[in-house]
Amino acid sequence: MDEQDGDRNRELMLDGNAAGGMLYDVFSAEMTAAPTECASCGRRGEIGSLLAFTQAPGLVLRCPSCENAMVRIVRAGDVTYLDARGAVYLRIAR
Amino acid sequence: MADALRWQLGTVTEIHQETPRAKTFTIALPLWTAHHAGQHYDIRLTAPDGYQAQRSYSIASEPERQGLVELTVERIDDGEVSPYLHDVVQPKDQIELRGPIGGYFVWDVGLGGPLLLVGGGSGVVPLMAMIRHRVAAGSSIQTRLLYSVRSPDDVLYPDELQMLQDHREGVDVIYTYTRQAPGGWTGYRRRIDRAMLKEITSQMEAGLRPYVCGPTLLVEAAANNLVELGIPADRIRTERFGPTGT
Repeated sequence: MDEQDGDRNRELMLDGNAAGGMLYDVFSAEMTAAPTECASCGRRGEIGSLLAFTQAPGLVLRCPSCENAMVRIVRAGDVTYLDARGAVYLRIAR
Repeated sequence: MADALRWQLGTVTEIHQETPRAKTFTIALPLWTAHHAGQHYDIRLTAPDGYQAQRSYSIASEPERQGLVELTVERIDDGEVSPYLHDVVQPKDQIELRGPIGGYFVWDVGLGGPLLLVGGGSGVVPLMAMIRHRVAAGSSIQTRLLYSVRSPDDVLYPDELQMLQDHREGVDVIYTYTRQAPGGWTGYRRRIDRAMLKEITSQMEAGLRPYVCGPTLLVEAAANNLVELGIPADRIRTERFGPTGT
């Protein structure tokens, strides 16, 4: 990714609040107020406070402290791929 | 909540031009449920070839208004959804949307205050829902809105905010103009910084609940400064968005 693309991505950056609808699709739960912990730096906070990159063919949630990719979600038709290795845990409250 | 997240067809009943770049769409919803101030709706557009684009828009109206929501949408020139809403959609048109969504950046009078609202540009929209909810609920919670805008032309809801100021019911509105201030302006004319936040919070009661919404840089600066002023980080709620400056 060249520098210009990086700037553009950052310009279009949202946060976990904006990802609430897509997260609901995956987890069938309100997730923006759910606590989580960054597996890289240990920051704790709600999903709503994470950085969200939504312009990719999927969703990437990054830690606002260290920018570690905590959660990646890609949907293709009826199939959803979830990679949450960057988060110590996710709490799903139904 | 299960019902709330179903896609539904809302009907646009009214369109109000707020500023040259922002319009408020009043939308009647068949599956309306009361929202929490600060929540948003997702709007989805589907092209004839099946291509879909989806964006989130904050609710501007208070939950006390039943059966409808108002969404204030800023026109992003190279956006996929907002130019369509601005240039094509007319009253009586139908729009596909789902919501209300979100549990983090929300406030109800039951949470109490005092309420410190910090908004940049169209980041004031969900904060306006909080103010309108506070007024509709008859609450007397001390409320201050620090509103950063480029110029007077960019101010959303100017008349309503002026009225709230005039009525002196505990809602203060403080503007800071970052590019062009009105003639004779003696208030702030710079980006939000620590000195400004210190002045504004020094006259507020203890136990502040800050809600900060705006472009990323503003949100990070305001949130960091509030922490340095001694407000616990976990009390500060933030909502950031990309492309607009203040």
